[in-house]
Amino acid sequence: MKLKLKVWRQEDAQDKGGFQNYDVEGIDGDMSFLEMLDVLNNNLVNEGVDPVEFDHDCREGICGSCSLQINGEPHGPDRRITTCQLHMRKFKDGDEIVIEPFRATAFPVIKDLVIDRSAFDRIQHAGGYISVNTSGNTQDANSIPIEKEKADDAFYAATCIGCGACVAACKNASAMLFTSAKVSQFALLPQGEIEAHERVLEMVHQMDKEGFGHCTNTGACEIECPKGISLENIARMNREYLSASVAG
Amino acid sequence: MSVLESKIPEGPIEKKWTKHKNEINLVNPANKRNIDIIVVGTGLAGGSAAATFAELGYNVKTFCYQDSPRRAHSIAAQGGINASKNYQGDGDSDYRLFYDTVKGGDYRSREANVYRLAEVSSNIIDQCVAQGVPFAREYGGLLDNRSFGGVLVSRTFYAKGQTGQQLLLGAYSAMNRQINRGKIQTFNRHEMMDLVLVDGKARGIIARNLVSGEIERHSAHAVVLASGGYGNVFYLSTNAMGSNVMAAWRAHKKGAFFANPCFTQIHPTCIPVSGDLQSKLTLMSESLRNDGRIWVPKHEKDAKAIRGGKLKPTEIDENDRDYYLERRYPAFGNLVPRDVASRAAKERCDEGYGVNKTGQAVYLDFKAAIERYGKEKAFTSGHKNPSKEEIIKLGEEVVESKYGNLFEMYEKITDQNPYKTPMMIFPAVHYTMGGLWVDYNLMTTVPGCFAAGEANFSDHGANRLGASALMQGLADGYFVLPYTIGDYLADDIRTGPISTETEEFETTEKAVKDRIQKMFDAKGKNPVDYYHKKLGKIMWDKCGMSRNEKELREAMEEIKELREDFWKNVRITGKAETKNAELEKAGRVADFLELGELFAKDALERNESCGGHFREEYQTEDGEALRDDENFKFVSAWEYVGNPRDAKLHKEQLEFENIELKTRSYK
Repeated sequence: MKLKLKVWRQEDAQDKGGFQNYDVEGIDGDMSFLEMLDVLNNNLVNEGVDPVEFDHDCREGICGSCSLQINGEPHGPDRRITTCQLHMRKFKDGDEIVIEPFRATAFPVIKDLVIDRSAFDRIQHAGGYISVNTSGNTQDANSIPIEKEKADDAFYAATCIGCGACVAACKNASAMLFTSAKVSQFALLPQGEIEAHERVLEMVHQMDKEGFGHCTNTGACEIECPKGISLENIARMNREYLSASVAG
Repeated sequence: MSVLESKIPEGPIEKKWTKHKNEINLVNPANKRNIDIIVVGTGLAGGSAAATFAELGYNVKTFCYQDSPRRAHSIAAQGGINASKNYQGDGDSDYRLFYDTVKGGDYRSREANVYRLAEVSSNIIDQCVAQGVPFAREYGGLLDNRSFGGVLVSRTFYAKGQTGQQLLLGAYSAMNRQINRGKIQTFNRHEMMDLVLVDGKARGIIARNLVSGEIERHSAHAVVLASGGYGNVFYLSTNAMGSNVMAAWRAHKKGAFFANPCFTQIHPTCIPVSGDLQSKLTLMSESLRNDGRIWVPKHEKDAKAIRGGKLKPTEIDENDRDYYLERRYPAFGNLVPRDVASRAAKERCDEGYGVNKTGQAVYLDFKAAIERYGKEKAFTSGHKNPSKEEIIKLGEEVVESKYGNLFEMYEKITDQNPYKTPMMIFPAVHYTMGGLWVDYNLMTTVPGCFAAGEANFSDHGANRLGASALMQGLADGYFVLPYTIGDYLADDIRTGPISTETEEFETTEKAVKDRIQKMFDAKGKNPVDYYHKKLGKIMWDKCGMSRNEKELREAMEEIKELREDFWKNVRITGKAETKNAELEKAGRVADFLELGELFAKDALERNESCGGHFREEYQTEDGEALRDDENFKFVSAWEYVGNPRDAKLHKEQLEFENIELKTRSYK
């Protein structure tokens, strides 16, 4: 197929940036969206033009590097996948595709489609851990049985890949889904309970400091999340936050 | 005598590690505060090492090319992590895990290292659970296990198909705690460009800030390379797009010997190649072989009809299918080790029984498992006379609970529903057992430069068993390096900070800058990918699943020519002083173009078949690998002397005192 691409180009963080139009052809339905961008970039290099910069690494939907707002949707039109797993069979010959970086104040553009998501890292630094030494002198792994259902819920929360689609989908650019997934993983496990209060206060505090917006319960984050992280996590974090605040 | 000193402690194998820990030097906590360590790579090995060093009190700087340490490619490991917990009571022990790993590696790994790995494996699970890693559990609340290839027990711990992700996030959480304490400084979107030696010791690195393009100097008392494997030398692999050999190769050129470069793992269950513009291959976890049955049509005419789109796999009668692994290897069946399964798939496809348009695929079928689980589920839920549809529905639910995310991933990529039609799979490059040569302390031949995880060569011999990479990465980082690095650093308590304003840093930085300039200066006509793809094709065709002398010689020649052409005709757009993905790729491909030649040379010189290294000249009558213990029971450690083809071979003879060398049989 032949496609018309409208791609956001921006030299660096200071540059204002704008859209550029490109045509690509010879695109096959079995190609991934990023392989389609590889074709574009190969053409650009051959023409001596700087290729479009975009983040990507594992190309199997788990590292969370890839982002992209495709026709207004984080990770494109399909559900429960990342951009690298989006295949061109979702598009038709002659389609126009608008490709932008994820937009949020807390995610400044570095170049073209590459954004700075270090705000997420700082939220994790603030409390995304259990304070145990890595000495290996811990108790036997089976000494604390954990209800399967709780362990499974903790796992589902922990499958967040930190891509930032939740923020990009949210009209307030809120990071509640991301932060709550991390808070939930630990809050659901007996190992995480001990520091639960401190953790939620610290992480929420950092989240606010980074300039993410507030949550108004529209639920767009859950719909666009490539891993299907549930809104229940936000409810759980609110509960945790409240009880931590009351406890002081 | 050889210059290689493995430093394996004396004594019985089960006492070696304890004895060694008791005897090596320690650094007192007050002195640790004055010592800096650089860790390159933040996957399981690097992340866990960085966290533990920091916790012990050292000052740590981590480097990764990704935008966050949490995105290192360990994250993509699916199936699980081995440990000799024997929670299932099926006869597992440290010895059995040790034995299986040495045998699985086709007797080309170092006994003492592997035993230590088995010994600390249980600690890893305890550690991870304490960190909040949500492993799969049974209804009674205890940890669940599954089985992987090449073993007869269930010792694999897992978190659905995302075990690597959960373990890496665990290691990253341990890092977070230390970052928050100010003990780890992270340099993300940074790439190590070279190793800096002062008085023969590793004392720092030159790194490129991938955002600003700035070339930076960083010093430390020791440098740990945990930068992963070099599978991307094949262009198409299951590695991440950015995975590269730069850190290890730069160290190699500075004196670190490179061991067994030709030992590569071709993983049997990956999604087949679909087109010429494909950039990356996707693995389907080995855990699927617990329940999936691998087959091709028994009759060539059926295979042809399938390739032509005239026949569907579901239309082929049970009797007309060839479950070739079950046929050839009745004892292990579909759970033979990876090298054996991959070669068997290639054999069938070469004989014309392959499915898929390209003829380069075999089936992985879940029909039998769905029926078996469906019946079981119906029975346990008191359903006495379930209909076939009900059985299938229940069975699909069970299979979904076990492998749901993998099935979903398969469907997204191929647009086919694996619950209804068998998956198509084919072998793909996945892991490299070879890597920097290290002694028992995980130190390379450059003093102060350590290598951990996939970046070193030490534990997997000529073939790695499933669920062992995660185990090794975390063992090296959490439980081995934190001890052994202290032994080395004990001599550095009076050294004081290492200055970067020295001639050594100056010269190395200049060399790095010159190399970048040289790439831009080529001003040629071919994009970097052009070279990478060509190199990949040479590697796959001539250094892939089976190798022979003639083709290996050709490969060496072709790679050399390609490399020379690269430096004359590569075209890099943009500038060095900004974010520039083409430049990043160019630096990595330039190193692959050197490593590839050494790889072929190593394969050429190893006149035997073992593990993932299959030389056509050395096989048994029924096509199994023919090892030559008399002449090749050694580690090939290559010293860089100029051109890859001139590399000097040093042999570390392997001693087997606890395991009898046998022909590896899975029949």
